[in-house]
Amino acid sequence: MVDQNSNYALQTSEVYVHYGKKMAINNVALNFPKNEVTSLIGPSGCGKSTFLRCLNRMNDVIDICNVKGKFLLNGNVDIYSPDIQVETLREKVGMVFQKPNPFPKTIYENVAYGPKIHGIASSQNELDEIVKDSLHRAGLYEEVKDRMDDIATGLSGGQQQRLCIARAIAIRPEIILMDEPCSALDPIATAKIEDLINELRENYTIIIVTHSMSQASRVSSKTAFFHLGNLVEYGETGKIFTKPDKEQTNDYITGRFG
Amino acid sequence: MLYLSLVFVFILSYSFYFYGKKRALSLKFKKNENLSSLPDYYGYYVVLLVFFPAIIIWFFLLIFKSNFQEMFVMSPVLFPDVATWSSGKFGLIMNKISNLSIIVNLSEIDLTVGDKSILKMASESEIIAAKNLANFDKIYGWSNLTLFIILPVLLGFLATKSISGKLNAQPIVEKIISYVIKGSSYIAIFITFGIFFSLVFEAINFFRYVNFMDFFFNTAWNPNRAFVINASEGFDQEALKEAFGFVPLLTGTLLIASVAMLVAVPLGLLTAIYLAEYASSKVRDIAKPIIEILAGIPTVVYGFFAALSLAPFIKDVGEGVGLPVSAESALAAGLAMGVMIIPFVSSLSDDVIKAVPQSLREGSYAIGATKSETIKKVILPAALAGIMGSFLLAISRAIGETMIVVMAASLRANLTFNPLEPATTITTQIVTSLIGDVEFDNPKTLVAFALGLTLFVMTLILNIAAITIVKKYREKYE
Repeated sequence: MVDQNSNYALQTSEVYVHYGKKMAINNVALNFPKNEVTSLIGPSGCGKSTFLRCLNRMNDVIDICNVKGKFLLNGNVDIYSPDIQVETLREKVGMVFQKPNPFPKTIYENVAYGPKIHGIASSQNELDEIVKDSLHRAGLYEEVKDRMDDIATGLSGGQQQRLCIARAIAIRPEIILMDEPCSALDPIATAKIEDLINELRENYTIIIVTHSMSQASRVSSKTAFFHLGNLVEYGETGKIFTKPDKEQTNDYITGRFG
Repeated sequence: MLYLSLVFVFILSYSFYFYGKKRALSLKFKKNENLSSLPDYYGYYVVLLVFFPAIIIWFFLLIFKSNFQEMFVMSPVLFPDVATWSSGKFGLIMNKISNLSIIVNLSEIDLTVGDKSILKMASESEIIAAKNLANFDKIYGWSNLTLFIILPVLLGFLATKSISGKLNAQPIVEKIISYVIKGSSYIAIFITFGIFFSLVFEAINFFRYVNFMDFFFNTAWNPNRAFVINASEGFDQEALKEAFGFVPLLTGTLLIASVAMLVAVPLGLLTAIYLAEYASSKVRDIAKPIIEILAGIPTVVYGFFAALSLAPFIKDVGEGVGLPVSAESALAAGLAMGVMIIPFVSSLSDDVIKAVPQSLREGSYAIGATKSETIKKVILPAALAGIMGSFLLAISRAIGETMIVVMAASLRANLTFNPLEPATTITTQIVTSLIGDVEFDNPKTLVAFALGLTLFVMTLILNIAAITIVKKYREKYE
């Protein structure tokens, strides 16, 4: 049931997703509390990424993908309503992808891209400030401050991913979706991203899909376990990883399947 | 016979592959020998030893057939003074004999039957020579066929015999094949250089008649004035001299190519954007090949389309609004050419736009950019270098195009930048200078090589530029 409680950044219920005739998500209801990190875990193909992509309507671009269900932003905005322009939704719900995907532009241009489109800065100085601040929050500023005009694809993988996070927060979203943001990175870069997530939780609601259960337990306060398109269990991360209610969850986190 | 034997060599080589492989396998299984190479390579080994010697001898026999014929037929016994003949006379007599030999062959039972008029014109010794020639052809044919049965079979059996477990066939086979592959690519390179140097040498001949500076900087082009001088006594002779100024041809070429690019670039690029970003995959699968047909239509068809439909239409429209338009205009030729090169722009640009990773599109959408913003600000900049490459290839094609200009834009050199006037191009003038009976001892003809060389260098530069840009683009998001 959709609860009108505004402590939730995003509430979903009765979510069904089909790819053509194949069912990918089967009647999922999940609420995301404000300024907390929620992990979505589960074996490959369980629908967790599909579910994540419903939250900023990234599935719209896939022709055969059919999404049904209730999605409420801040307790009152139906994000699939025809009145909602998808671009304004994505201004509030940013996304970071599995593989770092900086544009082949300069570092500055990458971060300034969103603010320019959404008209966030009123002057060049303000734009410079937003870029600087976003890079700062993404923990990248010190590393790139002397080469803002270099092409972003020249950065290392971890730096590129932090740049993508800076790019996402430059438009001041409320929610950041992260789709396995560390799966293409080495352990050191992963640790930096995880530290960053811990800092970002103060200002943003973060929903992260991850394959690494240790990562889920390190960064998130809530965890949802998906299996075969169903939401099996949802709860406090500590509880899910120590005393799960369902046997299926227990089997998965102890590595017996998946 | 010679061609029959070639077929025979192919069949034989193919069968020896199995024979060689079988022998290797029997060594392995029946005699428990360890093979140094994979069984297939013993098959290839035998094939190569059968095929290449045979094919080399085959070429030798084909190329030197006429030499053998002449040695056999033109013997000093029949023609005592043969050594003193000029090569022209030698050729004539040889020709006569070979014609005679056909008749001799047809009526070999009785020479008195059949068409005797030709025989009457021939001397005794020529008829004997003709008979010899007919016999030679038969013997030559049969001996070839025999040679091509015995030689490959013999080689094949020897090669198969030499197969043993110790024989490492693979490096031998690979070495031979690598020479063949290398040879093939060198042939293409060699031919390119051959064409280039033949252009250079003939162009040097041209510059013996016409000053280098005159060619590149003179603004008048009129290679055909020589005959006017004779018919025009009393006129200023200097003004009527033939002129080989390259400038009006260059401007004509650039003018027509620019018109073509003004058509092809916007239409082609918008088509590419539609196909790559907006069209459903069904539409794309159908539309792309149809658009590519435009490039496959023979240029002569575009030529008469431009000359018969487009040019009159432009003239009518132009006169309707009070503009003087000539019947043959650079505009008509340029428009037709532009349509022709649309697929160069649209297909290549479509490919490079499609090659931009989907992750960049998603990255842009996820920030809340619309599709059009994504295309304008992310996709096109990322694909820009590839798109520029497609433009350059289209320009090369436009500059090299001849037939449309011949038919629609006149042959008269005209130093103008007005597309409503007639103009001519470099390629067109190459054609006109080489049409009809030509002799390569005057500048009117030789100028074709100078023009060809200039054009070659121009398109070469464009191609190098295109390749450089495409290379740069490749490095961009890898």
